[in-house]
Amino acid sequence: MTKTLISLKDMSIRVDGRTILEHVNASVSEGEIVTIVGPNGSGKSTLLRAMIGAVSPAQGTVKRATGLRIGYVPQKLALDAALPMTVQRFLGLPKRIPARDAVKALDIAGVPDLRERQMTKLSGGQFQRVLLARALLESPQLLLLDEATQGLDQPGAAAFYERIEQVRRDLGCAIVMVSHDLHVVMAASDRVLCLNGHICCEGSPNTVADAPEYRALFGSGTKGTMALYQHRHSHSHHHDHHHAQDKTH
Amino acid sequence: MVRAALAGVGVAIAAAPLGCFVVWRRMAYLGEATAHAAVLGVALALAFSLPFLPAIVAAALAMGLTVTLLRGKGFAMDTLLGVIAHTALAAGLVTVSLLADVRLDLNAFLFGDILAVTKSDLATIWIGGALILGLMTWRWSALLVATLNPDLAYASGIDPKREEMWLTLAMALVVAVAIKVVGVLLIAALLVIPAAGARSLVKTPEAMAYCAAVIGTLAALGGLWGAYLADTPAGPSIVCAAAIFFVATALIGPMIRKD
Repeated sequence: MTKTLISLKDMSIRVDGRTILEHVNASVSEGEIVTIVGPNGSGKSTLLRAMIGAVSPAQGTVKRATGLRIGYVPQKLALDAALPMTVQRFLGLPKRIPARDAVKALDIAGVPDLRERQMTKLSGGQFQRVLLARALLESPQLLLLDEATQGLDQPGAAAFYERIEQVRRDLGCAIVMVSHDLHVVMAASDRVLCLNGHICCEGSPNTVADAPEYRALFGSGTKGTMALYQHRHSHSHHHDHHHAQDKTH
Repeated sequence: MVRAALAGVGVAIAAAPLGCFVVWRRMAYLGEATAHAAVLGVALALAFSLPFLPAIVAAALAMGLTVTLLRGKGFAMDTLLGVIAHTALAAGLVTVSLLADVRLDLNAFLFGDILAVTKSDLATIWIGGALILGLMTWRWSALLVATLNPDLAYASGIDPKREEMWLTLAMALVVAVAIKVVGVLLIAALLVIPAAGARSLVKTPEAMAYCAAVIGTLAALGGLWGAYLADTPAGPSIVCAAAIFFVATALIGPMIRKD
């Protein structure tokens, strides 16, 4: 049996008295790719932040495997211009690394020549790849990507995800990513979690792709994405919180 | 004069790495508030006949923790700090004046009295400075990650809130050792100006800390020398010297730095 790296049990998260996530049950096993989709404000980032321990649940538990090594690529990272930082030094945080290791990590992330550049002078795509390189340096068992392709153009995003797949093949780490890109979800994920304050539905993308009634919805924008995943469990939505897609009705 | 120079250099070096974090994390206001609280510490020490040093550290630490906690709760800090920092200063001054039987040169606390530094003051400065440097070296990497991004810190198993507490402690210690040299009103300047001056010359965080120490040292020596020549108050002269270095590096930095 594959090892469970992280498991959330009946986890609810409140921030400033507002409930962001409710009764979330989810787990990630070794080597699998899980994609989280959902409308804006549905708690996708919060779910990742709960996994790394940046927010503590108001209820339920977050269990990480002992000594779990996590690589985390945040949604955005605003570097203050007052903080001088070379790529080499950034990769070596919190533990300094020799130049050789930095080059290797940058190579894996697809940006081999940036080692001596200042972080603030990088383009959006280069920056994301450096973040990825740093996340890989901790030789993670679990890689968490929070809309890592935000701010990249289509080819840039595609290239970035190709790297991710390559990384999984090479390192065998589990990957949890928040994504808006439907084709990525369909192509690479083992499992999809659809989130909207709670887990609406989850399933394998293949099952979903084979279902004709969902294929009909393919490509009809965000709502199509939302509807893509087979609702295997009959469930009722708690409508005491805001559903972003309701606005369009 | 030698003692004054040693005191100034000791404080400059001790303040350098913390000053970098003050600049990076935009917490100049925290330095200000912590320093002002020291006056309250002095007043309390006088009122209850306590030794100055622990009272100053305690008051500074209490202020630092209060501010850090309030900031974590999402208060709009600039207004709030305007209130508590200056209240601490004012209340301290009022309290001291109420203790009518105490004759105390308040100016020495407000602007420093580096020329009157005793051997035991010097010992305090260098031992305190060594403590601060030790603390900063020990927490350096974790603090850097926490400063870059709290979530990155969590992912690496670092608790950014705990690291913030270490910074607050370092701040209280810096206030305690710097008070004799530049006084409470100019401590924040001694933290911020050398670090800001170093920024335009360097490429890495470590280089910035070393460079800030060098600028601080030169400012301390230059300021003392200027104060001696022109018969001006030593603490403010040191800060003026630091400001001159800041302007100079801001001008020449872009010319010599390539990245």
